[in-house]
Amino acid sequence: MATFIARRFLQAIVILWGVSVIVFVLLRLAPSDPITIMLAETASPEQIAAARHQMGFDRPIYVQYVVFVDNALHGDLGESIFYQEPALQVIFNALPNTLLLGAFAFVFSVAVGVPVGILSALHRDTFWDYFGVGLALIGQATPPYWLGIMLIMLFSVGLHLLPSSGNFGPQYIILPAISLGAVLMPIVTRLVRSGMLDVLNEDYVRTARAKGLREQVVVWKHALRNMLIPLVTVLGLQVSALFGGAVIIEQVFGWPGVGQLAVNAIFSRDYPVVQADVLVVSSAFVFLNLLVDILYARLDPRIRYQ
Amino acid sequence: MNPLSSASNGPTSSATPPIFELGGVELDQGSTSRTFFYRAQRSRRLVVGASLIVFVVLVAIFAPFIAPYSPLHQAPQFNDQPPFWHEPNGALHILGTDPLGRDVLSRIIYGARVSLIIGSTAVLLSGSLGVLLGLLAGFFGGIVETVIMRLVDTQLAIPFILLAIVAVALFGQSLVGLVIILALTSWLGYARIVRGVVLSLKEMPYVEAAYALGASPLRTIFKHIFPGVWTPVIVVATQQVGAMMIAESSLSFLGIGVPPTVPSWGAMIADGRSYIQLAWWVSTLPGLALLITVLAVYFFGDGLRDVLDPRLRL
Repeated sequence: MATFIARRFLQAIVILWGVSVIVFVLLRLAPSDPITIMLAETASPEQIAAARHQMGFDRPIYVQYVVFVDNALHGDLGESIFYQEPALQVIFNALPNTLLLGAFAFVFSVAVGVPVGILSALHRDTFWDYFGVGLALIGQATPPYWLGIMLIMLFSVGLHLLPSSGNFGPQYIILPAISLGAVLMPIVTRLVRSGMLDVLNEDYVRTARAKGLREQVVVWKHALRNMLIPLVTVLGLQVSALFGGAVIIEQVFGWPGVGQLAVNAIFSRDYPVVQADVLVVSSAFVFLNLLVDILYARLDPRIRYQ
Repeated sequence: MNPLSSASNGPTSSATPPIFELGGVELDQGSTSRTFFYRAQRSRRLVVGASLIVFVVLVAIFAPFIAPYSPLHQAPQFNDQPPFWHEPNGALHILGTDPLGRDVLSRIIYGARVSLIIGSTAVLLSGSLGVLLGLLAGFFGGIVETVIMRLVDTQLAIPFILLAIVAVALFGQSLVGLVIILALTSWLGYARIVRGVVLSLKEMPYVEAAYALGASPLRTIFKHIFPGVWTPVIVVATQQVGAMMIAESSLSFLGIGVPPTVPSWGAMIADGRSYIQLAWWVSTLPGLALLITVLAVYFFGDGLRDVLDPRLRL
């Protein structure tokens, strides 16, 4: 187990290093230099040169990268040009909102996807199956931001039931969470349905039924439990899709999370914040998956030896 | 016992619908294309999806002849006109006009072009890239595989849309740039699947035999392994066309997709967003067009998977 964790940990570090390279190179390739944005247009060439020297932009790119990694490891990801405070601080102020939105969206997608998936599998090729598969297909084909606008139209503009924008109370999370959860719901439904169909043919399910156990016990205890592990792994990988969806859903609902922050930072050319944003979001993803892997290996010892 | 359990125990839960097996037996086994078309006709989803796709493609091709107005023509005096069923006199603009007085129907018709072109070219590009890297990783193994698969893991960690936004914001808006960015952020799925298939095919006796007979690595890859990779790749690719259409529209919605002068469904939804109280149709209708088109693509993809290989789980 210790070797397994150590190996996974090393892999996670390699991935984060790769992310830092991609982000660093991408932002350094940018045609517009952050210096020209920071300084007034009236700045003389000498002033620009002085500022470039001060920021280290006149050094070779690999030196810049080493300095960047060194600073990053000390928790310094630069200063936000727009907010005039450490970029990491700006991200950490917004991160709880995104995590909250993601968690609610996740709960929504599981709360809808699991029962619908089970229903589909149990009633294969009947109306309920078509309903479940159809719901998943439509969910997959619906642009999440458009769904958000439709929900606003119905519940905010039409029925005046729920607020459409911002985060000033518990009711503000409902519409964004449903819109974002709709991204994950089809995946959960499909996975549960196909996993359930597999498991229902297994010997231990037949045995459970032969023993005369009630159908609910067979489905929820014997069948569902055995397909939960693969489900958790796939869902771990979908966290990235959830974060990606949050970028655009936060924009629709004016939800003050890291997604909206990233979009605004890009438009205002606040590169330190963009950089910190991508790094933090990716780290969160890598960390979550590391956790899922370790949990998985604990639950299923076969994994450790693969 | 629950009466429902008999349904799940019965013959319906066998892995393959019997109709496909029948099709294989009744027809000439040697003629795979005839079997394919026979099965294809039987798959309702495939037929419905394909018909809808053909319809959208025709609309896109003949847009200048179908669209009642130019998609860019502004008539401010006719702005925010509702669709025809709201106003009997509004037959001038069947699906109404947007806040700038542009004809919504004409813009939806032209928007199909952007969706289809970007969806298909992005998939072609990302598919080629992903298949090539997956083949290399699976066949050569070792350091090649490690580098490629670590790249996949790394890119998986960065939300695709964040990477795309950064790239578009930095390198500007253009159709070609958008396709390249979409392709560079979506090749991962192909590479993973192809690598997996290659790993299992590599162990097959016929591949070993080819190798033993002195076939070069390139010949082995393209002549003997590549054909086995086709089916999953085609299935993933059709599903990806839908995903790419949504991705394009999302970026256009954020204002960093296609250039503003090109009518795109995503940008139309964004245009109407601030007017939902005044003119609901401006956002709603292009979204419906996108939803139906992507749904058709998914129908087609699902049907194709059932026809090509019902056991495939993708």
